[in-house]
Amino acid sequence: MEEFDDDEIVKKIMHVMRNAPHGTIYTYEGLEMILIMAAYDQDISVAFVDDGVYALKKGQDTAGIEVKGFAKTFLALDGYDVEKLYVDQVSLEERGLTEDDLVVDVEVISSAEIGKMMTEQDVVIQH
Amino acid sequence: MLHTINKSPFGSNSFETSSRFFQPGDPILFIEDGVYTVQADNKFSKILAEVQQNNPVYALSPDLDARGIGNIADGVTTIDYEGFVELVEEHQVNSWL
Repeated sequence: MEEFDDDEIVKKIMHVMRNAPHGTIYTYEGLEMILIMAAYDQDISVAFVDDGVYALKKGQDTAGIEVKGFAKTFLALDGYDVEKLYVDQVSLEERGLTEDDLVVDVEVISSAEIGKMMTEQDVVIQH
Repeated sequence: MLHTINKSPFGSNSFETSSRFFQPGDPILFIEDGVYTVQADNKFSKILAEVQQNNPVYALSPDLDARGIGNIADGVTTIDYEGFVELVEEHQVNSWL
């Protein structure tokens, strides 16, 4: 696929995580999608909104519910050059959380700021 | 950017949450169970009216008809599938789930 390398197309893609991590598979699947897209060197950003912020909560121990935890995978995103992680400030505050409660370095910003970034993307994918 | 909302506001916070992210002028389209949002005089009428101050609001008429929703909030434009396609042609889509 030589042509593929020559014609490399980089798109701005924002993933929006809106579900809590263990009750449904949305967040895990979303994370997998992010890793796949990152492998193709796309310009990825991730916004954590509503219960999506719980995916980043420190201290998750999933041994008792016998599923694989993936909070630490968010730490690995940096290694895939996925560095634009945004947390919706209202969602964080509504849940009584602060940036110190999260496993990774994120930018806590307003809904309006995230909304503006959404308009600048080629694709927005909700999870 | 076109925002589509397909969940009832009574069972999902998609509408309330997404409304914080809308940029002025972004069109909002209610489809599927999302059309319950635009029924006149419900719990969400006030927030809908606030959204309408900055954003054009549409609802998909086949979905309204299917649910027997005839009395819709003032200022909401009903469109058919052809109108839906036109909006999608004109805008990037943000499909809130």
